[in-house]
Amino acid sequence: MVLMDAPLVLGIETSCDETGIGIVRGRQLLSNTIASSMDEHARYGGVVPEVAARAHLEALQPSIDAALAEAGVTLDEIDAVAVTSGPGLAGALMVGVGAAKGLAVALDKPLYAVNHLVGHIAADILDAEAGELEYPTVALLVSGGHTSLLLVRDLTSDVELLGETMDDAAGEAFDKVARLLKLPYPGGPEIDRAAASGDPTAIRFPRGLSRASDMASHRYDFSFSGLKTAVARWVEQHEAAGQPVPVADVAASFREAVVDVLVTKALDACERYGVPRLLLGGGVIANKRLRDVALERAAAAGVAVRIPPLRLCTDNGAMIAALAAELIASGRRPSTLAFGADSTLPVTEIQVAEDPDAAAPGPLPARVGS
Amino acid sequence: MSHMWRFEVPSGSKKWDMHRHKWDEVPRPSAGGTGVGRPGYPGTVIIGIDSSLGTAVAAIARDGEVLADEQSENALGHAEVIGDLLSRALQAAPEPTHVAIGMGPGPFTGLRVGIATARAFALGRRIPLVPVPSHDGIALGILLRDALTGTETPRFAVVTDARRREFAYSVYDGIDDDGLPIRILDATLSPRDELDARLAELGAVRYDATGVSAAMIALAAARALDAGRALAGFEPLYLRSPDVVAAHAPKRVS
Ligand SMILES: [Zn+2]
Repeated sequence: MVLMDAPLVLGIETSCDETGIGIVRGRQLLSNTIASSMDEHARYGGVVPEVAARAHLEALQPSIDAALAEAGVTLDEIDAVAVTSGPGLAGALMVGVGAAKGLAVALDKPLYAVNHLVGHIAADILDAEAGELEYPTVALLVSGGHTSLLLVRDLTSDVELLGETMDDAAGEAFDKVARLLKLPYPGGPEIDRAAASGDPTAIRFPRGLSRASDMASHRYDFSFSGLKTAVARWVEQHEAAGQPVPVADVAASFREAVVDVLVTKALDACERYGVPRLLLGGGVIANKRLRDVALERAAAAGVAVRIPPLRLCTDNGAMIAALAAELIASGRRPSTLAFGADSTLPVTEIQVAEDPDAAAPGPLPARVGS
Repeated sequence: MSHMWRFEVPSGSKKWDMHRHKWDEVPRPSAGGTGVGRPGYPGTVIIGIDSSLGTAVAAIARDGEVLADEQSENALGHAEVIGDLLSRALQAAPEPTHVAIGMGPGPFTGLRVGIATARAFALGRRIPLVPVPSHDGIALGILLRDALTGTETPRFAVVTDARRREFAYSVYDGIDDDGLPIRILDATLSPRDELDARLAELGAVRYDATGVSAAMIALAAARALDAGRALAGFEPLYLRSPDVVAAHAPKRVS
């Protein structure tokens, strides 16, 4: 007998440069299709919003087709459509919102407009290998677009923002420092490669918002622009003195500064809130040094770390579908059709425009074998 | 094998009503029924969508009868309104056979919303898309209006805002045997202060459009279908490359 009692949800994610279409049945991942426009941004050294939005429009339909084929389902079988309403790049988000509405109206199916950041947390529940996600958990989300520290008491109803970056996202800092070191975009893997032979303690770069005086108001916030400037100054001074720049040491020391501040603040949050659980998410989790340091220091602090599979850490539609499936399971009503893209959607808004007049998803009916 | 998960639906006879956000007791009109109150329904019914200038959704029968004509007062906010407009148009025409889509030119962000919606809707319904230059829809409206009043339409240019101190314009001269505007110049950009001189040279009267009728987009599509013609490609008429500057050397900080 096939398990058919969980909702089949198609999720659409277009908040940055990845066009993600995901299909889940409840917590079961059926397809995670991603089309990236990263190559088109490489020559500009960063994500160009108009380039990203154009690429989303081109990629959407083929991505939906590919996702359906991979999942082995047809659109008629879809129970609900989910879409990222924000945060993200407004023009890019709007492509997904338009497509999601067109699809939901065409299929006469409920539409769930959800929060991208909370989606990153939901990615974890698609990991069939991992056990049940326990609450509360601290979540550290690090990507080219965001750096946020969250306290998750319940995925569908209670997510609190502890802190976020005041300027650049961590991934952006990697890109900018890579450019300083004349390394290509995207910077993360390049810095990693360069850092492999470097000494992370060679140069003591500053840890943003980590002084005692920052603890009162920015204890869990991040800042990477000062770090980037410090690296630039160090490199310039070296060049001015006619000395060769030790790229490996600079890369390793920079990466260590980023990793240190991320892990230190995340574990500080775990301790202060008495939460022995830390969930990592976002594309920068691909950075092995970050994972290694987090695992090592968390183990020492008695904190259990969860890391979803990397393909679910980068932006994707499966996490959006998974979050909607959880919302449905918890009885949340669908969204109205009257929502837009919200580039600064706060993380506390897990679902957007829930319709008070809509029928609630009923209790799951008894499964019927076939 | 039955699919057992659903939203509080005891039987399969209800459908999700996207407009009222409720399960609807009324089944969809069956093929050959009179769901929209006209004999022969469902014949060809075309949904028109345009978000190149405001947001508009319409539904017409192939003979041109307008079944629905929905538009937003708000010039911006395309993503916010398009779902409700589409849903309302579908109430009048629940089983469209084609989706006509205005491909621009127009401000990119808004334009893409309509195209994304139309493509996904067509995909969901497994019906074909019919791309139409948005200026063709405006031109058809002008030509039909003049025909109704018996006015001779001079050669004219449809002019829309293209931002960045530019206009987008297309030039038309009459209507052909297929009932479609004769486009003698495809959509082109012009600096705002040069446009009048260009139009004088072409001998075209200037028509500044402030909106696009989705019904006219659908009608142009109906006539193109009848004539077996394609009016536009499937890509948006951006007319401009993405505005980007290639990465330059990092700025000095000291
Ligand atoms: Zn993300």
